Parts: sequence; structure tokens; C-alpha cells
Amino acid sequence: MKSTLPALLLAAFVLLVLAVASLFVGVSDVSLSSLMSGDDKSLQVLLVSRAPRTAALILAGSSMAIVGMIMQMLARNRFVEPSTIGTVESASLGILAITVLAPGAPVIVKMITASVFAMAGTAIFLRILKFVPLRSVLLVPLVGIMLSGIIGAITTFFAYRLDLLQSLGAWMTGDFSVVLRGRYELLWIAGALGIAAYIAADRFTVAGLGQHFTTNLGLNYRRVMLLGLTIVSLVTASVIVTVGSVPFLGLIIPNVVAMMVGDNMRRSLPWVAILGAGFVLVCDIFGRLIIRPYEMPIGAVMGVIGAFFFLYLLLRRTSRAA
Amino acid sequence: MLPDVRRKRVRAVIALLSVLTVIAMVAFMTLGAKGSWSFVLSFRGAKLASLVLVAYSIAVSTVLFQTIMENRIVTPSIMGFDALYVLLQTVLVFAIGAGRLSAMNPFLLFLLEAGLLMLFSNLLYRWILAGAARSAHLLMLVGIVFGILFRSLSSFLQRILDPSEFLILQDRMFASFNAVDTSLLGIAGIVVAIVTVIIMRMLPVFDVVALGRNHSTALGVDHNRTIMFTLGLISVLIAVSTALVGPVTFFGLLVANLAYLILPTSRHAVVLPVATLIAVVTLVGGQVILERVFAFDTALSIIIEFVGGLVFILLVVRGAAR
Repeated sequence: MKSTLPALLLAAFVLLVLAVASLFVGVSDVSLSSLMSGDDKSLQVLLVSRAPRTAALILAGSSMAIVGMIMQMLARNRFVEPSTIGTVESASLGILAITVLAPGAPVIVKMITASVFAMAGTAIFLRILKFVPLRSVLLVPLVGIMLSGIIGAITTFFAYRLDLLQSLGAWMTGDFSVVLRGRYELLWIAGALGIAAYIAADRFTVAGLGQHFTTNLGLNYRRVMLLGLTIVSLVTASVIVTVGSVPFLGLIIPNVVAMMVGDNMRRSLPWVAILGAGFVLVCDIFGRLIIRPYEMPIGAVMGVIGAFFFLYLLLRRTSRAA
Repeated sequence: MLPDVRRKRVRAVIALLSVLTVIAMVAFMTLGAKGSWSFVLSFRGAKLASLVLVAYSIAVSTVLFQTIMENRIVTPSIMGFDALYVLLQTVLVFAIGAGRLSAMNPFLLFLLEAGLLMLFSNLLYRWILAGAARSAHLLMLVGIVFGILFRSLSSFLQRILDPSEFLILQDRMFASFNAVDTSLLGIAGIVVAIVTVIIMRMLPVFDVVALGRNHSTALGVDHNRTIMFTLGLISVLIAVSTALVGPVTFFGLLVANLAYLILPTSRHAVVLPVATLIAVVTLVGGQVILERVFAFDTALSIIIEFVGGLVFILLVVRGAAR
């Protein structure tokens, strides 16, 4: 098989360029010359806002894309990702619960609560799939989207009763403009989990081939599923707690990568991470520029692009079948 | 001709539902009224009339849509019709500008929007039906994702819009159950009356279309033209209900399936009125119970979303099991 390493290095270089660009794009003026001249203010902006924001983008983008890929392996379906199967909605229900029960809880407690809820919601989804005897490829996302709707309705109901609809809106629409130094560090956990996923990549690849096959190869299928679910829930929760939901990212990137390099996760995971980070960077920079001096939250940008891509995936299949 | 037993059953169902409808309406008009009766009656009367129009529009459009799709799970709102209507409204604001739009005659504006919805839904669904009709699951999934796309596009455009312009228009354009837009009541009533006359003349045609393309063509019905014409009628009804109370995703699904469940016949002359009665009872009665008994005001649409989502999953999974 041809090595993709040179192309991967090129992609990493492009990512680096995007990251540098992200440091210098925004309302307040930061440029190389202003930094060189020792301007205190622009150095402050760079250190407190731009650099953390760029780091957050890279961490959230790559880990959410990886999580999408893991989910697709576990559900054995190309169309699932945390925002189409109820994981995101469950996590925000969890944040709502902890916000109401213990308003002053530290952010790490919020994240853990959110991930417990996310895990429960995802487990419910996988449970429902067991009742679908004919594993129709399209039925899986259909059920998932509806389940998201149901969990979302529960969350909206309580948020409405408790006057928290506005906060709910913030969790559901990803926005990186809130990222400042000291308020995004949780995302490093997501990044670390991405590396953990790389170490366990082969197991997920095998699990993607089905329960019997996995057991035949001497792997504990349930344990692999549990590991995958844990990573998915923790990453989703940490991203939602810090910046809010970034919809469809986990759908777009793994599918593009699968078209390029196939399904072996060990091979494709670095691609997923780099393209995920790059894509989020591009979308965020676009959001910073389109309505200057205001900003468009990345959740709104991703929603449009993601829905278009989802349709493309669905209709491409039909035209090929025809 | 229906056998005697069935005819009796139909009569009993209609009688029972009519009684319930009257009870719900009287309760809606009188319960918890304080102060001047003339004000209460005229204020609530307008709201009641709107709710009845909405119930009628949703019930009839859903049943007709399911007839032409030969599928009892899809509904116009699941396929994204009302999201498309909201998108068209937003695009109009964007293209014409809030100031000039609010100076326009609301009747003309409504007719313009309804006309646009007819045009676009016809184009879009003709295209979808040509490609995706082979698989019911694909059809639903494409419809749902189109709905997501329309909603994301609307929110994207609304964010680009000048904030003050958006605020001016928000109240005017986006109605909900507790903020029924009664200013359009007159035109909506006239439009619905015209559509009703057309539908009554076409009742036998719908019964034939329900038999499927081959049978109806053999019986002398121009299948394609009927479908396109019916899609037009459905668009008008959706425009009415969305203009009055905003998008409601699952209401039609619930009432239509309830009607199929309790009726021993699928003749449209019976199904359409029964579905309408069920819709009125649930909508008006539900509003009374929630508003007066539990003092939950906007909760009705959330509850419909919740129950409807559950029913949808059940229908889809059961349909797949068969």
C-alpha cells in the first residue's frame, strides 16, 4: 500500500499555516510588527485570547472528529456522530442538571456530570439499535436524530421552566469567542483522549467488523465498546462545557478521510485529527471575518456546511445505486 | 359501500369526537375567565379560531401527504416543509429589508410567501421524489436533513442580519403557540376555505391515488399531475399553520396515525374529518389543560415534540421489524 506520509506532512504544514493565521485574525489588531515593536497590548491579546483560542480550536476540532470516527466504528454506520445520536443533547441535559442542582460546582464536576449523561444517552441509542432487527443503514441515523429530538425536548422543557433557555442556547451553539486563557484548559483532556484513541485504534477497527468477529480474534467486545463509549462521552462533554456543540464535524471529516485512505483506523486517525483541526480553524476564521466587527459562532457555520455534506452523502449513495 | 358494522363504528367515532371538540372549545372559551366577558370572548375567540385553523391545516395536509407518498410515517413537517417556510421568510427579510417588508400589506406578504413555498416545495420534492422514492428510509432521512439544513440556513442568515432589523421582525414573523399571530386570521380563513372546496371535490381522486401509481393510472387518474397539484395544496396549508403558530414537527404524525388506528376505513371522506376533529380536540384541549390546570404556557409544543418523537421511533422500528 502506498504510504500517505508525505501527504500527511503537507497537511500538517497547512494546518500550521492556518493556526498562525488564526493568531492574527480578529477585531483587535495584532500583527508581527506590533509585536516586534514591543506593544504591550497586542502581546496581551495574543497570549490571553488568540493563542488559547487557536489551541482550543485545534484540540476541539481534532478530538471531535476522532470521536465521530470512533462512534461510526462502534455503531457500524457511516451516518452517526455525537450530534446525530443524542450524545450532545444528553450532555447538555447533564449540564442543565448540574447547573440547577449545584450552581457553584467547579467546571470539572460539570464536565463529569455531562459525560455521565452523555454516556447514558449514547447507551440508550445503542440499546434501541438492538431492537432494529433489519439493520437498515439509514434507519440508524433516523432513529438517532429522533432520539436527539426527544432528549432535546426534555432539556428544553426544564430549561424553559427554570428560565435557562439562553444558557441552553449557548451550550448548543459552539462559539470559540468565549475562549480565554484559564477557561479552555479542559480541552487538553479531550486532546489526551484523542491520543488514547490512537493507541487503541486497532481495537476499534476490529470492533467495527462486528461482535462475532471481534470475539473470534480474542478481544473482549464489551470492553472495547465501553472504552469507546467512555472516550466519546468524555470528549463530547468537555467540548460542550467549554465552547458548546460543534455539530456534524464528526460526520464530515471521518467520511472524507474514509474516501481518501479507507477504514483502517490506525492509518486514518492522524488524517482525521489534522483535517478536523484544520476544518474547524477555517470555519472559525471565516466566522470571524464574515460580519466584522461581530462574529458568527462556529456552530452556525458548521450547521449549514454539515447539513449540505450530510445530504451529499445520502444522495451520492442513491445516484450510485441507480 | 361500507358494511353496516363499520358504518356504525364510523358514526360513533365522529359523534364522540364532536362532543369532545365542543367540550374542549367551551372550556377554552370560559375556564378561568376574569373581567369583561366581551373582551374575553373576542380575545379568546380569535385565538380559538386560529388553533382550529392550525389543527385543520396540519391534519389535512398530513393525511394528504401520506396518501401521495404511500407512507404513513412521513409528514410535511418531518420532510422540512415548515422549516422551508421559515427560511423563505428569512430570505425575504434579507433580500427586501425589514423596513420595506413591514411597510408591506401583511395579506400580500402572506400570499407572496405561500406562493413561494408552493413553488419551491414543488421543485424540491419533485427532485427528491425522482431520486429517493425507492427507499422510504432514504426519503425520510433526506427530508429530515433538508429540515436541518433549512433551519441552520435560517439561523445563519438571522445572525448576519442587522440585530435591530432582526428584532423588529422577530415578533412579526415568528409565531408560537402562546403568541398566535391573529392578524392573519382573516386571510388564512379565506385561503383554507378555498383549499377545502378543492379538496372536497377531489376526495374520490385521493382514494384512488392511495392505491398506488399503477392502480391509479389504470383507473384513469393522471398520477403525476395529481401529486404535484396536491403538493401545492399541502404547501398552502403548511403556510397557513406556520404563519399562525410557527413550525410544529410531530403534531400531524400523531393525529393522522391516531385517525388510522381508530377508523375501520381509509376513505378520505371519513379520515380527513376525523383527523381534523382529533387535531382540534388535542390542540384546544391540550392548551386548556396545560394553560389553566398546570399553568405551563409554552409547554404544549415541547410535549408534542417529545411524544411525537417517541411515536416516530416506534413506528419506524416496528415498520422495519415487519
